[in-house]
Amino acid sequence: MSGARSVATCVRGVSVSPERFDRIAVFGGVYSNHVALEAVLADARRRDVDAVFCLGDLGAFGPNPDKIFPLLVEPGVRVMQGNYDDSISRGLADCQCGYTDPRDNYFAKISYDYTFDHTSDRWKGFLRSLPESIRIELGGYRVLMSHGSPRKMSEFLWESTAPTHFLDKMVASYDADVVLATHSGLHWKRELPSDRHFVNVGVIGRPANDGSTNVWYSLLDARRGFDVTFIPVDYDHESLALEMKHEGLPTEFIDTIRHGWWTTCLEILPSKERKKGRF
Amino acid sequence: MNARAELHALDDLWFQISGTICNLTCHHCFISCSPTNRSFDLIPLEDVLRTLETSRRLGVKEYYFTGGEPFIHPAMVEILEHTLELGPATVLTNGTLLKRLVIARLARAETASIYSLELRVSIDGYSPETNDAIRGKGTFARAMAGVRLLLEHGFLPIVTVAQTWEDDRAEEVFHGFVELLRGEGYERPRIKIIPTLRLGAEVERSRGYYASERITEDMLEDFDESQLICTHSRMVTNRGVYVCPILIDNPAARMGDDLDDALGAYPLDQSACYTCYVGGAVCSNVCAGGFRVS
Repeated sequence: MSGARSVATCVRGVSVSPERFDRIAVFGGVYSNHVALEAVLADARRRDVDAVFCLGDLGAFGPNPDKIFPLLVEPGVRVMQGNYDDSISRGLADCQCGYTDPRDNYFAKISYDYTFDHTSDRWKGFLRSLPESIRIELGGYRVLMSHGSPRKMSEFLWESTAPTHFLDKMVASYDADVVLATHSGLHWKRELPSDRHFVNVGVIGRPANDGSTNVWYSLLDARRGFDVTFIPVDYDHESLALEMKHEGLPTEFIDTIRHGWWTTCLEILPSKERKKGRF
Repeated sequence: MNARAELHALDDLWFQISGTICNLTCHHCFISCSPTNRSFDLIPLEDVLRTLETSRRLGVKEYYFTGGEPFIHPAMVEILEHTLELGPATVLTNGTLLKRLVIARLARAETASIYSLELRVSIDGYSPETNDAIRGKGTFARAMAGVRLLLEHGFLPIVTVAQTWEDDRAEEVFHGFVELLRGEGYERPRIKIIPTLRLGAEVERSRGYYASERITEDMLEDFDESQLICTHSRMVTNRGVYVCPILIDNPAARMGDDLDDALGAYPLDQSACYTCYVGGAVCSNVCAGGFRVS
């Protein structure tokens, strides 16, 4: 057990004591899916968590991006910034996902331009104010929350291309016992040597490319050791699909919500992850 | 004064696994590989295993194997089996030497591993006429036979195409490859188009670099240096470790005998650095092509 190694952590040059929790809910990639967000928050409340964290990418793919902000702010969800949020808040040209395939970029631009145009200035300011990382203590574990990875907001960490020794070195070099990330859209976890852990907490904005319409978030419990449970959540995906249709969003995005298979942003996937999908 | 690039992290570890020995003699090969070019030789299995062990300590993220033609190496399958126990592996092959027994064994190794095994098959035209003019007579048919074998065994090969055409033909060529591969039953073809490097045989085929095609310090201001492969990669050969997969013909790009000697900064003083600057680290896996696949 590696807990209680530190009581203070240096965040942006200032020594602060991280908040302590025992049981938390964590997700990323809301992608403007306000229907799933409501369902996930209700589910987390029922599971009696100490706090809820969102690791960024609030917009993309979905309709009416402003709808999610009150849902996050009012119940006190602790939110950090993803690359999408950074781009939208600063008015950058694209989402910084780094796609190189033209089809991926074609759809990424539609998604980004729609989200930018429909996010109000008030919430762009909110996105700008978000931290790029969060440190907490969970049980005795030092947890570092990142969006892509601690070293790069837009890094994709896939299960099939992240060696255990690579993750172990990364977690250790950031003075953490546990690193959390999202960004890739697929949830997975790896237990590392010396009771260190890496968890990709998944996204709640679109399904996990597995042919099911539910989304996933992560429940982290450190009351007895370090335990991660991925929680599937069903929601009224059809109502979201209809809203997307009403907003004129591409059929490809709507199909993913209705059928659970990714249809865009696919060329970034390594072969193992790609083979699990339909497209 | 030349700009310099620090190694941020050794994410990509490359092996010039079959040296400069290749069964083909392509007209655009930037290190002029051929059946008789022994500038670099095969890396012995035991040396690969030793380097793999070192790579764990250095936190390497991905392993790449190139040549020459990697499947000339008699221990290639064994090397990949060992690698897949540690992390994801990618092989850059011309596809002409792929045999059913080899592919079946690789498929078993990939299935048993939690990591991806990517096979990048080089084909430079979507017809025998266009491909064979660059890669040699009969190579289109042989490479496509390799692609078929990979598909039969459940792989999703990345067809890698060196751009030897003018930019205004990009859409036509990309769609030509899409149709070709779909015709083989590859419904979701992965295609990666890369620029040629104006080195080696390519200098004769098209041209070398202009004197102006160099990176200066000014150009690195506000530039995302992670686009440069030398900030996250090194190349292991049988004659020491080089800064990147492109520059092994240049003695100045040799950084030491082994990986631990090769972790320092590198002066961006070669013309080929300019291609990396303009196009990004095209050597790594992410697919890129011409236009929308409908």
